[in-house]
Amino acid sequence: MTAYVAKRLVQAVPTLLGVVVLVFFFVRALPGDPARLYVGTDADLATVEAARRQFGLDRSLPEQFVFYVRGLAEGNLGRSFRARMPASQVIARHFRATLVLASIAVSVATVLGVALGVAAALRRGSLVDLGITSASILGISTPSFFLGILLIYLFAVEWRVLPVAGSVSPRGLVLPAATLAAAGLGTIARFARSSLLETLGNDYIRTAYAKGLASGRVIGKHAIRNALIPVVTIIGLQFGFLLSGTVIVETVFNFHGLGWLLIQSIESRDYPVIQGLLLVFALQFVLINLLIDMLYAAIDPRISYA
Amino acid sequence: MPDVRAVPDPGGRPAGTPATRSVRRATVLVRLLRHRSGSIGLILTTTFVLLAIAGPWIAPHDPARPNYRNLTAGVQREHWLGTDAFGRDTLSRVLAGARYSISIGLAATVLGALVGGAWGLWSGYAGGRVDGLSMRLVDVMLAFPGILIAIGLVTITGPGVGPVIFASAVFGVPIFARLTRASTMAMKERAFVEAAHALGARGGRVMVRHLLPSVIAPVIVFATLRSGTTLLVASGLSFLGLGVQPPAPEWGGMLSDAQLYLAVQPLMAFAPGIAITLAVLGFNLLGDGLRDVLDPTLRT
Repeated sequence: MTAYVAKRLVQAVPTLLGVVVLVFFFVRALPGDPARLYVGTDADLATVEAARRQFGLDRSLPEQFVFYVRGLAEGNLGRSFRARMPASQVIARHFRATLVLASIAVSVATVLGVALGVAAALRRGSLVDLGITSASILGISTPSFFLGILLIYLFAVEWRVLPVAGSVSPRGLVLPAATLAAAGLGTIARFARSSLLETLGNDYIRTAYAKGLASGRVIGKHAIRNALIPVVTIIGLQFGFLLSGTVIVETVFNFHGLGWLLIQSIESRDYPVIQGLLLVFALQFVLINLLIDMLYAAIDPRISYA
Repeated sequence: MPDVRAVPDPGGRPAGTPATRSVRRATVLVRLLRHRSGSIGLILTTTFVLLAIAGPWIAPHDPARPNYRNLTAGVQREHWLGTDAFGRDTLSRVLAGARYSISIGLAATVLGALVGGAWGLWSGYAGGRVDGLSMRLVDVMLAFPGILIAIGLVTITGPGVGPVIFASAVFGVPIFARLTRASTMAMKERAFVEAAHALGARGGRVMVRHLLPSVIAPVIVFATLRSGTTLLVASGLSFLGLGVQPPAPEWGGMLSDAQLYLAVQPLMAFAPGIAITLAVLGFNLLGDGLRDVLDPTLRT
């Protein structure tokens, strides 16, 4: 297993190197001059030059690139232009908010999604099934910015039971987490349903029934576990997309997490923070994919990476 | 990471003769209409496409004309869905906005499918080093989850209709490339490709005349499913203020404006929000239906 993990991490290196290069050129392709932006439009040329030197933007592109890569190798993301402190600290400050939000959303989406999917599959063709499948596709189709606004309208404007803006407090997390969970919930429910239906059609399920096992035992012990394998992929993918999905949800709720920080940093051309955030997003995506593959082995004894 | 709703089908079949093809096309439509969710999707999608064409003409008012004596109105005889913060007719803006939102979504999907499809076809057919390198590039693009690539591109190009189409198209390219490559790889080992080679057909001809027809079904199904997602991304860009700019009645941008007036006039938000949701729902249902009808091996 350790060898497998090491191999996968090594395989991820070229991808991540590509990401590192892409991110560097991306921020520098953004229109506008950060130095000019930070000193203000009426500052004289000398002040702009000083700011440019301070940001390290007076050097040639290759020099900047070497500087950036060397910094990364030492675990240094550079100093934020705006906050005037290490970019890693700025990111760390907003990381917890997004992590809490995304974890709640993915837990809710997973538990409810699998439960609803299983319920729909076991009552295939019934009204319950129709209701759950319709709600799932509706959840997938509703844009998170509309769902968020709808929830704000109902709970914060009409009934006044929850705050309008999100924050890392139990009450402030409810609406953004619900919004974020909705789309994933629909996808997971649909997937769990079709996966279980497919599993139930297998010969070994018929065998289990034939040897007289109770239906609860057949489903609980034989079907669900097998049906779960593809569902794990979806859950992992959802988690990967969740962090980027927070860009829109955090904007709707003015929730100060990583997605919100990304939009702010792009607007203020804060190169080091944008670079750092994009690297964090890409890295977590790669790690989640690795985690999914390891989970397979845990669920399915036939899969082994030894 | 490919969208998991569509697993590429390795067992497709080569294209039929022209006669069987037109028969098959007719049965696809009939079977789609008999498919419960597929028929709903077809109706919704057709309606929205027609709206994108005729929307600005059937709008009861000029979607851009303000009326400062009638701001943020509710349902009125003259204004069925009320008016916005400038007194503009919300119904007219939603109708006229279909031209923006729907065309952008469709154009971006088609562009993404064409470029990604060609890329995947070429990469899968070429194999070897070329394929390895080009798939690494796809990996790099896919390492940025979802909407991030689109946000990044549209920030570089600046706002506008063209940039939104471009950014939302690029967002789909790596996924289409991977899907088409997988089908191509499976298909190029088949006897009919070998036969074409044996008869002296060159690479380009084999790709276009022999491989393309047999890998295109999953691409079409996936493109339909993808239209909904692309629509979400494109209107999301405008919602974030990075895409189509006001006063254009793009639905995402309208929602962003409406959020400020949520306590005053919620209809301003509900109208474009429901429009986007129904349009995306239509594409998703149609895609599901098409998949069931065209390609039963693709799973939900």
